[in-house]
Amino acid sequence: MKESIFSPKNLKLLSGPLNLNNPITIQVLGICSALAVTVQVKPAFVMALSVTIVTAISNLIISLLRNTIPSRIRIIVQLVVIAALVIIVDQVLKAYIYDVSKKLSVFVGLIITNCIIMGRLEAFAMSQKPWPSFLDGIGNGLGYGLILVLVAFLREFFGSGKVFGFQVIPDIFYQWGYENNGLMILPPMALITIGVIIWVQRSRSRELIDKS
Amino acid sequence: MKSLRKYLDNIKPQFEKGGKLEKLHSTFEAFESFLFVSDKVTFKGSHIRDSLDLKRTMSVVIIALVPALLFGMWNIGYFHFKSIGMEAGLWACFFHGFIKILPIIAVSYITGLGIEFIFAQSRGHEVNEGFLVSGMLIPLVMPVDIPLWMVAVATAFAVVIGKEAFGGTGMNIFNPALLARAFIFFAYPGRITGDFVWISGLTGRENIVDGFTGATPLALASTGAALPSISDLFFGFVPGSIGETSKLAIIIGAIILLISGIGSWRIMLASLTGGLFMGYTFNLIGANHYMQIDAITQIAMGSFLFGVVFMATDPVTACQTNRGKYIYGFLIGMFAIMIRIFNPAYPEGTMMAILLMNTFAPLIDHYVVEANISRRLKRAVKTVKS
Repeated sequence: MKESIFSPKNLKLLSGPLNLNNPITIQVLGICSALAVTVQVKPAFVMALSVTIVTAISNLIISLLRNTIPSRIRIIVQLVVIAALVIIVDQVLKAYIYDVSKKLSVFVGLIITNCIIMGRLEAFAMSQKPWPSFLDGIGNGLGYGLILVLVAFLREFFGSGKVFGFQVIPDIFYQWGYENNGLMILPPMALITIGVIIWVQRSRSRELIDKS
Repeated sequence: MKSLRKYLDNIKPQFEKGGKLEKLHSTFEAFESFLFVSDKVTFKGSHIRDSLDLKRTMSVVIIALVPALLFGMWNIGYFHFKSIGMEAGLWACFFHGFIKILPIIAVSYITGLGIEFIFAQSRGHEVNEGFLVSGMLIPLVMPVDIPLWMVAVATAFAVVIGKEAFGGTGMNIFNPALLARAFIFFAYPGRITGDFVWISGLTGRENIVDGFTGATPLALASTGAALPSISDLFFGFVPGSIGETSKLAIIIGAIILLISGIGSWRIMLASLTGGLFMGYTFNLIGANHYMQIDAITQIAMGSFLFGVVFMATDPVTACQTNRGKYIYGFLIGMFAIMIRIFNPAYPEGTMMAILLMNTFAPLIDHYVVEANISRRLKRAVKTVKS
């Protein structure tokens, strides 16, 4: 039986990682980059986009190759595919948005070691057909990006009073004595923000709480 | 009083299981036990060791804080009038400080207790007295000119992230009051460091008499300027955070804590020893002018004593084992002086040292217990063999 392209099962691959199977808040993967690039929304957004593209395409390629990869060297093959894609993404970023690329610095290269991508390849693409694998990659990339942008929004808003580099807290607030929160700029606050997001998510969906 | 009791009894059924205001049960509980002694009794056998419960413990600490608070009020007024070149009497100074400090205390209590009530409500447990001491400590570790909204934000952060996230009173890893101060220290550094924040009315930098600076002893020490005399430091005629200035008032508080057995003498003694040890070690090295400051003066500067007496001894965040308490206290004293000297940008080494050691307290306890087990095991094996 042939499945339709957007069957409920396939749609679930897209929506699952956005909420109840989120790579950051539930699987707790990819935390390192989530802490490092979330000072402002713009780099976080670009990072999220890059990771989504790399996850989706590498999932697709590995899924196409899955029957020909000898299982003993599969990690190497996966790394080669990811590395090739990351280099392309890195070059594109350098060519078109150099300032953001500079801000992301080493973290674009570090997408290669992002656990989400390797995790999805191992857990999903190695055993699934190309189209579901592609959707799974998009879904996980978006789930990662959602948290990244949310954290970056909170940090940029409270830390520098801006969103996407535009000032959103009016000057009159500053004259009344409002001040930007310097702690939000510091890395620990990204960890605490993610922690609070996890807290909120778990208290909203009780089924996530371990029964111990 | 009787009519109040009657009224409470009247509305009580509404708050019990099945009543229409059931959700507000813990709020009602809190007000009832605040106004009257709770009429709840245990049904099964109870295990009372002491009449000292959380409420008593907290009240004793509050009483111990009163001397520091009262002196802080006077100190704030004294330096305010001194900075504008006026002579003022005892009561004028005291009253000025009172007016300045009261809003900070109010904001700290309202925010903190408000959050505690909300969490108790949503979790369905009773509101307990855990915030009473933190709510008083927070104002005492703030500079007087701190904007009130910052106090509210810092208190909210300390209570939500530092306490409720870990499960509420008695479960927190870090001392909430110090967390509030650390929050302001990193989030709004301009409001809690420098020479202008410690004296009320100095932030505008107007009407100041010539030659007056609001530099704290720690700021003077880091620039190498002449320090106030040891008696000024001891009695508290120096600018600083509200509660930390007078060592005499803190020592009175310490005596109250020690006599009532609430503060651990082990931690206090060990911290003091650690601070003095580090101070004398630096005296011996003497590489720069900060290191050459006499160890006794080091101890009398800044919030070292305040932190050691009221914060390091916090029973929740400190070590529980007796041997652990010595280690914990000694390291707090050492780190406090070390941070202060090695990094003059962080004059409040005490705050950092206590927060750092809070993190390690469970680890220290773990190894003390493990060591005890292995020692006794060895002894047991020996007796079996012989």
